Amino acid sequence: MRRILLFTVVLVSGLLFTGRLFYLQILNTSYAGLSENNAIKRSFDYPQRGHIYDRNGELLVSNQPSYDVMVIPREVEPFDTLELCQMLKMTKEALVTRLEKARVYSPRLPSIVIPQLTKSEYAYLQEKMRKYEGFYIQKRSLRDYQIDFGANFLGYIAEVNQSDIEANPYYQSGDLRGRTGVEKQYEDVLRGVKGVKYIQKDRFNRDIGPYKNGSLDTLPQPGKDITLTVDAALQRYGEELMVNKRGGIIAIEPATGEILALISAPNYDPALLVGRERSANFTKLWYDTISKPLFDRSLQAEYPPGSPFKTLNALIALQEGVVNTEESFSCHGGYVYGRGRKLGCHHHPSPLSMIPGIANSCNAYFANVYRRVIEKYDSPQEGMDVWNNHLASFGLGDFMGTDLPTGRPGFIPDSKFYNRSYEYPKYKWFSTATISNSIGQGEVITTPIQLANVTAAIANRGWYYTPHIIKSIEGDEKQIPEEYRTKHVTSIDPANFEPVVQGMYDVYNYGTASAVRIADIDICGKTGTAENYTKINGEREQLTDHSIFVAFAPKDNPKIAIAVFVENGYWGSRYAGKIASLMIEKHIKGEITRTDLEEWVLTHSLEDEYAKPLSGQPFYINDGKKLSGIPEKPQL
Amino acid sequence: MAINTRNRGTFDWLIIVLYLALVGIGWVNIISASIDPTENYNLFDLSNLYAKQLLFIGLSILLIIFILSLEAKFFERFASIIYVVSILSLLGLFVFGKTISGATSWYGFGSFGLQPSEFAKAATALALAKYLSDIQTDVKSFVHQLRAFVIIALPAICIIPQPDPGSALVYAAFFFPLYREGLSGIYLIIGSVVVGLFILTLAFGPYYVIAGIFAIAVILLIMNRKKRFGKRLYYVLPIVSMLFVFSVDYIFQNVFEQRHRDRFNVVLGKDVDMKSIGYNTYQSEIAIGNGGLFGKGFLKGTQTKGDFVPEQQTDYIFSTVGEEWGFLGSTLVIFLFVGLMLRVIILAERQKSQFSRIYGYSVAGILFIHFLVNIGMVTGVLPTVGIPLPFFSYGGSSLWGFTILLFIFVKLDSNRVNDW
Repeated sequence: MRRILLFTVVLVSGLLFTGRLFYLQILNTSYAGLSENNAIKRSFDYPQRGHIYDRNGELLVSNQPSYDVMVIPREVEPFDTLELCQMLKMTKEALVTRLEKARVYSPRLPSIVIPQLTKSEYAYLQEKMRKYEGFYIQKRSLRDYQIDFGANFLGYIAEVNQSDIEANPYYQSGDLRGRTGVEKQYEDVLRGVKGVKYIQKDRFNRDIGPYKNGSLDTLPQPGKDITLTVDAALQRYGEELMVNKRGGIIAIEPATGEILALISAPNYDPALLVGRERSANFTKLWYDTISKPLFDRSLQAEYPPGSPFKTLNALIALQEGVVNTEESFSCHGGYVYGRGRKLGCHHHPSPLSMIPGIANSCNAYFANVYRRVIEKYDSPQEGMDVWNNHLASFGLGDFMGTDLPTGRPGFIPDSKFYNRSYEYPKYKWFSTATISNSIGQGEVITTPIQLANVTAAIANRGWYYTPHIIKSIEGDEKQIPEEYRTKHVTSIDPANFEPVVQGMYDVYNYGTASAVRIADIDICGKTGTAENYTKINGEREQLTDHSIFVAFAPKDNPKIAIAVFVENGYWGSRYAGKIASLMIEKHIKGEITRTDLEEWVLTHSLEDEYAKPLSGQPFYINDGKKLSGIPEKPQL
Repeated sequence: MAINTRNRGTFDWLIIVLYLALVGIGWVNIISASIDPTENYNLFDLSNLYAKQLLFIGLSILLIIFILSLEAKFFERFASIIYVVSILSLLGLFVFGKTISGATSWYGFGSFGLQPSEFAKAATALALAKYLSDIQTDVKSFVHQLRAFVIIALPAICIIPQPDPGSALVYAAFFFPLYREGLSGIYLIIGSVVVGLFILTLAFGPYYVIAGIFAIAVILLIMNRKKRFGKRLYYVLPIVSMLFVFSVDYIFQNVFEQRHRDRFNVVLGKDVDMKSIGYNTYQSEIAIGNGGLFGKGFLKGTQTKGDFVPEQQTDYIFSTVGEEWGFLGSTLVIFLFVGLMLRVIILAERQKSQFSRIYGYSVAGILFIHFLVNIGMVTGVLPTVGIPLPFFSYGGSSLWGFTILLFIFVKLDSNRVNDW
């Protein structure tokens, strides 16, 4: 016993340790991954984000280098604080606070002192920075906007949030990602694929060289450039015209469904959401709940379409065979539909048939034909659904399916809706209950892009392509997504479009838009003046009418179809008609001959109108004489 | 006497080969643990730890030649003087000592330091061997036991306040030669019970352990109820044990510092933060586990390269072996150590002189405690106690201390045919 005690103990402990090693190294496999987490860092090599061009190849968005001043607190040597503060344009207190924060975060890892310096600021610093031990400059890539407009469809990029990371493992904290507009829609194309480098770290998380000599590393794939269908010149012009107004403009090339311009007013400079001031600027835009610059009115705003909707009712009536182009209806300052109720109308010759009915925008004419459509069938429900189906074939009442990530469906009522509203069958409802639909008021609401698409379908005499903004993607110039190459045919026979087109042509000839005629261009249009309401202190209050206009030109082989909404612009040709005519002239001629119209639009503002419901005072609406000039542009 | 297998003056080559293998493998791992991955090797730049260690290894060879060329009798004759000098060098630290990482354990010579506690182990072994081998010493006598205990405890008491409790713990190794020479088995039983109760109390809390003791006592009492004498022991022992258990709990909670409690809790798998308290052990286990069967390869260990394991070139050197050489490499090292210790024990048993045998047992015991505590710590089965792995860990004093310890025995062994 005495001789073998130590001998045995040594042997047993050797065996136990062998067992322990067997467990740690062979049986338990969880340690291998732990060391990877510990010691291997993945560093990402971000490719350049793709550029964005307009339809004419004009560069809209590129990238710019930006420079962050970084610090590694441990490596900082005593330095001339005053000089550095002057160079960085910050106070000494701010610098000291920043350095202290960096030290608290980690003495050994880099922290940002000043983010996103511009090239010129960097040039100034570049030579002097090496004097400051522990400070260095890190390059990043930011969006560089070549234009100061188009923010609504270009969208912006922002750091990914937790839900992005969870939804797509590609993203890591700190990655950038398109948040709205084209940047979001074509994120996968634009961003490319980041490269990965595996780096061996030490216990302080410092890099000490490539892992496995870089054999696992991948190269970044650069983002692809994309070309948009937007015409930058037209877009710029439209945004200029919309200054001091609110509303949206959509211009579409009818033959292709390409969006030529997509304007939302008020707009903002896309460069505001880049760089050091991004956060402050975004906050200002986000909290501007009065003019809502981040709300894309061309895609998201749902307005009653007003009179342009009459063209659709005319088409449906012709298709349903309830009226021909010859039959006239008289108008006595409106349409009386029982028990003294009347749908009012303005002054114009009477009676009118379809073409002059459209040209003069006679409410009574359309009330008559709308009733005939609804009443053609055994029940108003059936008639309503037929009517609804025709409109659905124009893409109304549902999301358009454009390649822009925002949108609204608008609303076209059907029998179910009215059955519910009127508690059918407890109570019955008839066509007259829905009579406002005949003139594009009542329950009908549309977005500007829907109305522009309807106009394009009329211009094409019965078909359209889903409006889209992508023209081509680098490396795949021929093809755009399938859904934008599929022709949608409406439920209306092509022949039935001719009288409606003629009516729209006469709107310019002698009708409601004769004042905004453009020489040498056969424009077909339709004015709209839509009543609208808001709530002030819980009371429903009527505001000045929306000024609405749709048009396409030329009459044959149309090149452009356009819808213009100007909030509270009063009658259709007052603002929207002028703007639409100018846009069409700009697109077709490339220059403006109606400088009087341009002058008028540019020098008139609706800011007073928008201030009315917020003033807390009683106010008049639809006061056409009182016009105000341009106020100082509010500074963001 | 001439029948012996070896002639006078021949050294045990197996020990020397094992020694060289351990020192060589150790040095390779010190390279891994200390090299700056961004630089190339430079064996002559003494700012590199592996270059320094190579110098220490070279000097060890000189030291070996010197020891082996001395007369074997020298060590027995001068054992007392060596011991006294060693104790004085430990005491001198209180005046002239240089403090590194909080412990005043070094004499400083420029950038080099000498750690006397590493040499005191050999000196104590010599002194104990000398005392026990004296014809008048009787291990069974309590007074002589007490004297032997004083010899062993004196250096330990000098070392504890440095503070270096790990190095002091090593003196427990002298239990093995004492037991071999006839120390009563009761000490072994008491020692085992104390250690067992200590661990059980920490792991399960005092109340379960007391319940267990009570149950065992009752069972023993029933089984031996017909015995007439010695029954008192069945009442006394459980009560003493229970008091001990309470005192362990009290000492653990009130006398120990939090860091000591943490070290025990880490090993016992209690809920502790592996990012701070359990960091060393955790990172070391990760490094070893990362090695797998074949290891990551020389200079390829990510944990080692990244310097995640603190003190990896010294106390945690074995984690480098585990990561870069895998299960095969680390079991080889275990086998080399076990082989060396067993060889020393076998040779010690063959010694004719009691002095040589006691010394041999001391050598094996000291190596064993270092081996057990260090590998146990690095593999996460024993609490963190900072003592080096013999021949492996970086450091001149440690290497020379173990070299002297081992090669005095090689010299004594070579002389055994010439015993007087």
